[in-house]
Amino acid sequence: MVQYFKTIWSGIATTFTGMKITLKHLFTKKVTIQYPDENFPLPETARNRLFMEMTKCIGCKNCAKICPVNCIDIETIKVSPEDPHKELHRNGKERKLWVPTFEIDFAKCCYCGLCTEVCPTDAIIHTKEFEYSEYNRENLVYKFHTLTPEQTEEKRRLLEELDAKKEKEKKQDENKPGNKETPGEKRE
Amino acid sequence: MESINFLYELLGKNALTITLVVILPLGFVLIYALVAILAELKTSAWIQERLGPMRTGPWGILQPVAEVIKLIQKEDITPAKADKLLYNAAPFIVFTGAYSAFAVIPFSEYFAPSRIDLGLFYIFAVGSISALGIVMGGWASNNKYSMMGAMRSVAQLISYEVPAAIAILSIVVLTSTMNLQEINKLQTGWFWNWFLFGGPGTLAKWWIVPFTIILCMIYFIAALAETNRLPFDIPEGESELVAGFHTEYSGIKFAMFFFAEYAYMFVVAAILTTVFLGGWNSPFGNLMQGPGWGVFWFIFKGFSVVMVQIWIRWTLPRFRVDQLMYLGWKILLPISFVCFLIISLYVMLK
Ligand code: SF4
Ligand code: SF4
Repeated sequence: MVQYFKTIWSGIATTFTGMKITLKHLFTKKVTIQYPDENFPLPETARNRLFMEMTKCIGCKNCAKICPVNCIDIETIKVSPEDPHKELHRNGKERKLWVPTFEIDFAKCCYCGLCTEVCPTDAIIHTKEFEYSEYNRENLVYKFHTLTPEQTEEKRRLLEELDAKKEKEKKQDENKPGNKETPGEKRE
Repeated sequence: MESINFLYELLGKNALTITLVVILPLGFVLIYALVAILAELKTSAWIQERLGPMRTGPWGILQPVAEVIKLIQKEDITPAKADKLLYNAAPFIVFTGAYSAFAVIPFSEYFAPSRIDLGLFYIFAVGSISALGIVMGGWASNNKYSMMGAMRSVAQLISYEVPAAIAILSIVVLTSTMNLQEINKLQTGWFWNWFLFGGPGTLAKWWIVPFTIILCMIYFIAALAETNRLPFDIPEGESELVAGFHTEYSGIKFAMFFFAEYAYMFVVAAILTTVFLGGWNSPFGNLMQGPGWGVFWFIFKGFSVVMVQIWIRWTLPRFRVDQLMYLGWKILLPISFVCFLIISLYVMLK
């Protein structure tokens, strides 16, 4: 019997305690942030959309190799010595590799930040930009290369010429007497 | 004592005024339901420290309208194996049950749609029609969850109808009338004349005050259970029964169920207001007493009770079925009986 009334009493008391708590919460400051109108300040280390600065990039492809989802696409062309177009890096050294393609597909990117860690020149960094949704997935492939297609064609041609020249020189070297080794001779 | 209806007084009793009297509460229910839905959304949000709807209209006040429009637009699906007639009729029967109760609710000294002497009895009678509609809906949906929800709903209604009726009966013993308008008139004066505080009478009534307060609580709890609201919403119990008896309903028919729930919430709040809280009487004697103030006080008190229902909904978790039965049969029923006996004793000794 005593137990019965104790149960009832605790039922009533706990209900009122609960109601007191919810009443208190009714008037506390709300935590909602009205997102598009107001924004939450991003932390210093926020990892959002990447940015790549072409003048810093040396084309080492480290970032493309480490990327866990293979979303960085890089193509490099060696700089031909005959190329009249020279470019200097930040540290004053001459560019060794042209980077005609540098694309990051943000539809795939998981914002792990590994690429920024491995980049030897800090060319690739995270920005605080995160509002860049698109209606078309193609638009999420960002192109960071600065060379125009014509320039790329030009560089490629120069490199091919260089290669062809080297090849020719090699052949000429091989054709020089005394320098010729035939398989037959080796066997003897 | 005749209760007065201002429309009949002004325009005479003819077909037009009768229609008006019938439609007036409907207009009230429509507006009230929208307000109550907004109140529910906002209260739930604030209790959880959110802001709630903010985008539809200034401060989100058009959200309930948007929801109604959404529900009306939605496809109205009838399951292939459902019993078409019962399935389609159920939501309307539920709403009819809730709306019929408005026939005797005294909004003001000068307005109660009907003036039958068995007002309270009538409300209890038509209140059960909603349960019928729920069972019909649950059965006709041909879905096990709906069926279980409907069965639970009936079990719950039967268990809680009894203590609710006894709590009200105890007050009827005090008033010796079932006419809601007259119960209101008895409570004229200061708030200590309300039946929550023992009703009119000399200071000799002090020893029944705790019991009338307990009766009020019993009625409130039982009324919560009858409206199928948390913590008594086991007929819906979304975590166990998908959505209970209205699992299969969509579109406008679901809206009817929804609407009926809110209408019924106001009905029980109105009964509580009339029987325990002085109805349209001002709590401050003759201050702010009058026909216009009457409507204000009645709606204010009724809506406050609805707000408490909403508040409790967002405070307490759902009961288990056995706990529900325990509370109904082993706690509310015996205690309401004891209170009933004590109040009868008081009336006999008076
Ligand atoms: S952040 Fe991670 S996933 Fe995104 S490009 Fe860099 S390495 Fe790839
Ligand atoms: S790791 Fe840095 S320098 Fe190397 S290719 Fe990527 S961005 Fe360029």
